[in-house]
Amino acid sequence: MPKLVAMRAVSKVFADGTLALDQMSLEVETGEFLSLLGPSGCGKSTALRLMAGLAEPSSGVVERPSGGGIGFVFQEPTLMPWQTVFGNVFLPLKLRGFSKAEVRERVMDGLQSVGLADFAHSYPRQLSGGMKMRVSIARALVTRPSLLLMDEPFAALDEITRHKLNDDLLALWRRSGLTIVFVTHSVFESAFLSSRIVVMRPRPGRVFRELAISQPAQRGADYRVSESYRADCQLVSEALQGAISAAGN
Amino acid sequence: MPPAPRPAGISARQRMLQIFVPLLALGFGLVVWQWIVWAYEIPRYILPGPADTAIALLTDSATLWPALLVTLRITFMALAMAMVGGVFLAVIIVQSRWLELALSPYTVILQVTPIIAIAPLILIYAPDTQTALMICAFLVAFFPILSNMIQGLKSVDHHLIDLFELYGASRWQSLVYLRLPASLPFLMVGLRIAGGLSLIAAVVAEFAAGSAGQGSGLAFRLIEAQYRLNLPRMFAALVLLCGAGIAIYGLTSFVAWLALRRWHESAVRREG
Repeated sequence: MPKLVAMRAVSKVFADGTLALDQMSLEVETGEFLSLLGPSGCGKSTALRLMAGLAEPSSGVVERPSGGGIGFVFQEPTLMPWQTVFGNVFLPLKLRGFSKAEVRERVMDGLQSVGLADFAHSYPRQLSGGMKMRVSIARALVTRPSLLLMDEPFAALDEITRHKLNDDLLALWRRSGLTIVFVTHSVFESAFLSSRIVVMRPRPGRVFRELAISQPAQRGADYRVSESYRADCQLVSEALQGAISAAGN
Repeated sequence: MPPAPRPAGISARQRMLQIFVPLLALGFGLVVWQWIVWAYEIPRYILPGPADTAIALLTDSATLWPALLVTLRITFMALAMAMVGGVFLAVIIVQSRWLELALSPYTVILQVTPIIAIAPLILIYAPDTQTALMICAFLVAFFPILSNMIQGLKSVDHHLIDLFELYGASRWQSLVYLRLPASLPFLMVGLRIAGGLSLIAAVVAEFAAGSAGQGSGLAFRLIEAQYRLNLPRMFAALVLLCGAGIAIYGLTSFVAWLALRRWHESAVRREG
């Protein structure tokens, strides 16, 4: 498989001296759904920001797609409250110099794909938490990136909404061939979504273990209660426990 | 999911009460005032009643209205200059931490020194009294706008800044599409404070100037009436100043509402 992102011996030291990432090496293959799983302080969000180019490594090399090849979804929906839903999704294209008329259809298609075409003229405050997150996802996808980075996007949502968005995200990944790197601290979410899970340990942040998830093509409500999903969850959970107890050693 | 319901309108009866209760209370106060003046036969050169004041408003209108216009012109021009200057300087200041530090002694000195104390000096240096009054009102209106705008420009959601960086936004794009709209609620707070303060400063500075003649504002007419013990005219001038203050507050609130009504919590009626 071709590599889309490669981190080679990457360390990141914050201004206050904290070693956030220690000699992390990781390759992201084209088309995979990779989860970074770990307790807080393990550097998973830092790794994601390095992949996005929002931070520079203190040492080591990050190879990543250039220019518009990356979409990013934050933990909060991070919408501009003074813009409509349409205006928010239009933003990445506006910043590239497209006019509204040129890309109106493209923006509307994006909203259609997350089921919010009827809300194009609503303001973010009028939407529920789950709907705001859908807008955020539509915005990340509107530039047609090859890589989608997601930083605990569903952590603040209720479980019903989160399951729905998990299903939708999985369907999107299958049909689009996107490469997704997904940061989470939920064992169940990572086991449900991923094709590969990288478990990280804290203090200092580094890769603890990698797990490949054998997955059926269709993962729906049935899969959530299946024996194979339960077994995956157990494996992932044990790996996470190991990462937590290895902390600081 | 259906769109969020529109804010439920309060009932017509409640709305009527919201308007009539304050008006009724005001009317009651006026009646009591008039009654006291009548009942104790207080001469109008000691305490004029509402009726005397209203008469003075009409008979002295040739003096008072032009004076009101002068005061309002100074207030609004100072406010407009403060808006432009405050926003512009705030945008420049937040570009650099060092610039902010370097300018801080000057902004602090100008802000903490009472305007009434600087006014005589400004009167000496300014080419004419009108300009001096305008400078005084400007100085007072300038700082709430500047400091609120700086606060607003610094309070932009960090994730939104990340997002703009991710999409390679230029400094100009970040300013126009992100930093300015995000600071609008702060700017509107500054505007509302500055509106009231610039009227006060225009009046206070004119007290200091004590200028006479054609181009003088309400403050001078007030002092003039005091010298002549023309109390009804003093009350009439006060009523006009009070009305001007209310109008400025209403106008700045309206501007704030226009700017924020679609999206900001402060301008949206709470639901339920």
